[in-house]
Amino acid sequence: MRYTAIRIGLVALLGGAAFALPVPAQEQFIPMASYRVGPYAAGGTGVFGGFIDYLDMLNLRDKGINGVKLTWEECETEYKNDRGVECYERLKGKGPTGAAVFNFLSTGITYAVIERATADKIPVVSIGYGRTDASDGRVFPYVFPLITNYWSQNTAKVKFIGMKEGGMDKLKGKKIVNLYHGSAYGKETIPVLDLQAKKYGFTVTHIEVAHPGNEQESQWLQIRQLKPDWVILRGWGVMNPVALKTAAKVGYPRDHIIGVWWSGAEEDVLPAGDAAIGFIAAGFHPGGTDFQVMKEVQKYVYSGGHKGNLEDLKRFGSIYYNRGIITGIINAEAIRTAQARFGKKPLTGEQVRWGLENLNIDEKRLKELGALGLLQPIKASCRDHEGGGAVKFSQWDGKQWNVITDWIPSDQSIVRPMIEESAAAYAKEHGITPRDCSKE
Amino acid sequence: MIYREAGQFQTTYSGDMRIFPIRQDRIAVSLLLAAAFFLVPFIGNDYWLGAILIPFLILSLAALGLNILTGYAGQVSLGSAAFMAVGAFAAFNLMLRVQGLSVLLAFAGAGLVAAGVGLVFGLPSLRIKGFYLAVTSLAAQFSIEWALTRFPWFTNNNPSGVISAQKIVILGYRFDTPARRYVLTLAIVALLALAAKNLVRSRIGRAWMAVRDMDVAAEVIGIPMLRTKLTAFAVSSFYCGVAGALWAFAYLGTVEPQAFDLNRSFQILFMVIIGGMGSVLGSFLGAAFIVLLPILLNVATHALLPAHVSGSLTSNLELVVFGGLIVFFLALEPLGLARLWQIGKEKLRLWPFPH
Repeated sequence: MRYTAIRIGLVALLGGAAFALPVPAQEQFIPMASYRVGPYAAGGTGVFGGFIDYLDMLNLRDKGINGVKLTWEECETEYKNDRGVECYERLKGKGPTGAAVFNFLSTGITYAVIERATADKIPVVSIGYGRTDASDGRVFPYVFPLITNYWSQNTAKVKFIGMKEGGMDKLKGKKIVNLYHGSAYGKETIPVLDLQAKKYGFTVTHIEVAHPGNEQESQWLQIRQLKPDWVILRGWGVMNPVALKTAAKVGYPRDHIIGVWWSGAEEDVLPAGDAAIGFIAAGFHPGGTDFQVMKEVQKYVYSGGHKGNLEDLKRFGSIYYNRGIITGIINAEAIRTAQARFGKKPLTGEQVRWGLENLNIDEKRLKELGALGLLQPIKASCRDHEGGGAVKFSQWDGKQWNVITDWIPSDQSIVRPMIEESAAAYAKEHGITPRDCSKE
Repeated sequence: MIYREAGQFQTTYSGDMRIFPIRQDRIAVSLLLAAAFFLVPFIGNDYWLGAILIPFLILSLAALGLNILTGYAGQVSLGSAAFMAVGAFAAFNLMLRVQGLSVLLAFAGAGLVAAGVGLVFGLPSLRIKGFYLAVTSLAAQFSIEWALTRFPWFTNNNPSGVISAQKIVILGYRFDTPARRYVLTLAIVALLALAAKNLVRSRIGRAWMAVRDMDVAAEVIGIPMLRTKLTAFAVSSFYCGVAGALWAFAYLGTVEPQAFDLNRSFQILFMVIIGGMGSVLGSFLGAAFIVLLPILLNVATHALLPAHVSGSLTSNLELVVFGGLIVFFLALEPLGLARLWQIGKEKLRLWPFPH
């Protein structure tokens, strides 16, 4: 009897201990600071639709990443900086280990949270937008403008123009107009263009279009007088179709207008109708559904009674949607990389940061992911938070974007010194001592 | 019942003219302030302090600035955000270019620079009235935003045209946590609100209200039009400028001129209209309505609606509900939330024996 009592006591004790130490949920929380209303809703719904669908697919197909289920919660930023900061603060502590990594799809919000995120040790990924000089990981340990930044993309554009003209030496004496959105985003490439103009001997004229850009008559009349050989369109939102329509009105050939990737989605050209035919845009990924990963998403997320994030299924495989898929791949691969080092459990932001910095998606891994051709190989490092840098150019034929080049690498001999100079200025302004990468 | 004033007699003129003549008001306001200063920083977490209360206080200050101009002096303006931008960029440049300048002095300087710019853009008000003046104030909105984007000197040659505000250090004490920045913001806002309340009860404030109610009559009884209107513009811009500096330094940390675009000006104007024109309390109520309600709706829709409801639907639903509430409150009381409060208070003072 006495032993039984002791046994019961022991079991009770053990049971109590088990209850006192709850097993942490095997869940990795990924915050979704999205925007689905306002003038840029087309970008927000497309990219976050693809992002969420990819994570959903991982949950349904693989039960998450190595058995750790992915969870998320949306917060509407309306593409406004103050709402974005509110969402950051609201979501940063959710989940068993806090937010893993933030994606804002907004240059302004990314800028606004850099210092907060660095202090909170949560990485911020900005794929194809955000703060360019954050590519210098020594000064910005928690910011990852992965795949390619605006300056890199701009050198690739000039290379593309050189190819079209028959060699970089043929650029001498050519005239290029840079038509830019009057915002931080729009101004970002002015210095890198000026530098290249000096290097290759072409002249560049910067013409500003005031936000939002639905009136561009005077700018295009100026362009008609200048008769430039090429126009670089650095537009966003409604500015893009208006530029193409006005160009058609003043008779400027659209196949000599080269857009940035925020001018190169279906939503940017369809409103311009036939005026957009021939327009060329840079992109760090193609659209289309002809990739294994897209078929997997279709199979797991959009069939068998399961409903994905997209409301309009026609947008499946659009440029913005595929950008979301890529965002999903990169975030998930960073978590996977970090799990290989820290264990197959929910990770903190600091640990995911290590995964981002040691991200290495090579051709072989791309094939396994079913994303060969959709994404370029990416290898980040402590020094380089960009990790890719190449772009493909596509041309609009009135119905779809057709890829017309292979990956064109950027000219890092121009970009890297500018990034280091700018990052060093930021470090000095904020009293940051850059990390020594040989010790990482 | 709680507002029964039986036994409270004013025996001096100064007693009769104090801000809160009723004892219950004095107690309530002191309790509120004491809680805001000494309780909230300790019980609030980073999210509440850093992402909700700081922006609410700053935008209340901006709304107060516009309320001085529009609610008290009757001059409609659509340029408040531009004056906030002037304040933010002025504070940044003062800190950058004047060695060893205290942050508080930089904020005051930012307010003064904004006041100077406000004076210039207030000049048309001497000739133009009403809606036409609102349109000319758009010039301030556009030209200031344009100048800050166009000339790289303002942003210290930053390639993207953004500024990163310097750290707030006062007498060696670092305001680096949300709780500390909240206390600093609250102190500045409380001081300026007190100043505003006293200003509108003074000779200047009465001159403003005379101009608002009928400017010809005001001129006839000897109120100088030039000085009265321009002081209203200067004081209003000062408040907006300080709010802008706080927005950059105490809230976001990094701002671009586009953070102060026309939408922000509209937002501040709506705060004044919904909160109540010509009321200091209304500025705070309006800011609470415009800033906090959308966030509350966002949290509520995520909490109440089942998870499978699409994000686009909830985001749009929030806007619909928000718009509906604006219409509801304005239909209920066109003079704003402050008037609703005032009516409620009048009733409470008579309760339980209304006439």
